[in-house]
Amino acid sequence: MTDATRNLLLYALIGLIGLLAPYLAPAFRIQMALLWMMILFALTWDLGGGQMGYNSFGNIVFFGIGCYAAAVVQRELFFTVEGQPQATGDLATTSPLFNYFNGFAVGLALAVIIALAVAAALGSGILGLRGHYFAICTLGVGIAAGEIASGWGYIGAGSGMVAPIFPGHPSQAALFFYYLFFVLAVICFFTLKGLYASRFGLAINAIRDDEDKAEAMGIHTTRYKTVAWCIAAFFLALAGGAFGHLNNFIDREVAFPGITFGVWMVLMAILGGKGTLWGPVIGATIFHVTQELFWTYLLGWQRVALGVLIVVIVVFFPLGIMGWLRERWPEKFGETVDLEARTAPISLRESQ
Amino acid sequence: MVDNLLLLFNAPILSVQLLVDGILIGAIFALAAYGMALVWGVMDIINIAQGEFVMLGGYVTFFLAAAGVHPLYTVPVAAAALYLLGWVLYRTVVFRVVDKDMFISILATFGISIVLQQLANELFEADVRTAESGLGTLFFADGVIVVSQIKLVAFFCALVLGGALFLFLKRSRLGLAIRATAQNARAARIMGVNTDRVFATTFALNAAICGAAGSLVVMTWLVHPYLGLAYTLRAFMIVTVAGLGNMASVVFASLGLGAAENFAGFLLGTEYQAAFVFSLLVAILVWRNARLSRQRKYLK
Repeated sequence: MTDATRNLLLYALIGLIGLLAPYLAPAFRIQMALLWMMILFALTWDLGGGQMGYNSFGNIVFFGIGCYAAAVVQRELFFTVEGQPQATGDLATTSPLFNYFNGFAVGLALAVIIALAVAAALGSGILGLRGHYFAICTLGVGIAAGEIASGWGYIGAGSGMVAPIFPGHPSQAALFFYYLFFVLAVICFFTLKGLYASRFGLAINAIRDDEDKAEAMGIHTTRYKTVAWCIAAFFLALAGGAFGHLNNFIDREVAFPGITFGVWMVLMAILGGKGTLWGPVIGATIFHVTQELFWTYLLGWQRVALGVLIVVIVVFFPLGIMGWLRERWPEKFGETVDLEARTAPISLRESQ
Repeated sequence: MVDNLLLLFNAPILSVQLLVDGILIGAIFALAAYGMALVWGVMDIINIAQGEFVMLGGYVTFFLAAAGVHPLYTVPVAAAALYLLGWVLYRTVVFRVVDKDMFISILATFGISIVLQQLANELFEADVRTAESGLGTLFFADGVIVVSQIKLVAFFCALVLGGALFLFLKRSRLGLAIRATAQNARAARIMGVNTDRVFATTFALNAAICGAAGSLVVMTWLVHPYLGLAYTLRAFMIVTVAGLGNMASVVFASLGLGAAENFAGFLLGTEYQAAFVFSLLVAILVWRNARLSRQRKYLK
């Protein structure tokens, strides 16, 4: 069996499971929808943090923008009385042209536009910063966005706002959002797969390995970094818009959950192995499943455990699962094995 | 916002009040910032858990004060407790990332900050706490300018602590070793400096300074588990503006930040004060980058 057919079989298997899963376990549709969202989170974080070497602690901003933008569009379309939600989204429409779904689509489109504009505007400013300045800066951006959202009356300020309710039975809503997140995650995966295999992937890897040299080789580093950040923003805004609708209620804690989603996306990517395509997928799956199964037994201590986990992974297990596999069986990853290099002292191998 | 601006023009004495308050608070920022500059300069680590040290120092004072000790006497206790914590953190985690890439250390200290923050949240609960010092307030200019005495005391405490640290670094043998390691760790090692011990001391010392700062914060202001990040980012901002290892400019930048924050809080409304701090950080970094990129002549 060649590599190509094996890969095809793998994709087909995962795709089949993904398509059938909501019918196999109808009770867990929401959790499974969130699994695909987690995969999307980890993949988009890894685009910057893993592949490009630019750790961002503020990617959650785009998620929040998506949340709010999509919900605001729905509110403006459907709710004549500001802030007064109707029982079902369909009934309160102000225009016969719009219903829940195309209002949602318009909202997502606007979410993407705003997120891209913000990513490009912010990116052109702060992506010129070298790595660690960028990391701290994004930490500030993430919190600032939350603070602004909780002070801005138009989007509900501290008391939050309500997204329209899905017209139909809750189980149908779960099904709809499950497939939405599934499709988003799959598109995200293949987009990134294509990008990593292209010149773009080489360029951002070069930026990670040595930015000065990359620049000296004629790569417009800031441009590449901004584009990469915009791609992450694009997918995160879509996920945010969908999550806001799934959750119905949006406030600062839902839209800018820096301490949960914002930390998780970093953790999932480094757990699976940052800088690899499959690493974030594996990391997100393991993390989400363990979280759903065991996390509740930790009773509030899960966030402490989360921090411990980050420290342990970063300090003792920096390569992640994929990195470890690659270290163990390099020949499976299409690398020519240089015995001399493999037996070289760890410090030499770890240097890059 | 315009109303408040007009108010400032009509009653200039108000700006004096804002300025005084800001400067008194700024001195506490200076402590955390100088600690961050120390660790950054010596160990090449940006410590994201900086603000959590401040927060924990505040809790030490809060609990001791609740047990009946006067909060001012607890400042050295908070410093000692945090010194211990810093030392333990260095020996367990930080020493493993000292010579690694800066991304690794940022992620590691980010993890530490989450652990400390959430531990505080679980153990001390999310309530806002403050320690009453029992000192009165002073009135100036016919009662228009109000300064609580504890803020003045905290200001002078911060100055004394900063001065002591400065003298320690300049005069003591260990301080000399720390400065030598900051200049060139490898050369210092060759000259017989135990750099590992220097790192441990530096990190613990930084935690102690932050602990003392936190102790002052809880007396003049308040403390809660999620306080940390704001202090980390303020410290980072100050260090970025002031540069590493320049005590005087760290102090001036801190006082300036304190004043700016107070004015922004007054003009924009207190609900946007935090947003202002974080936006200022972004603005400063972007401005710094624009200035640097003009200096880089090669390749645009």
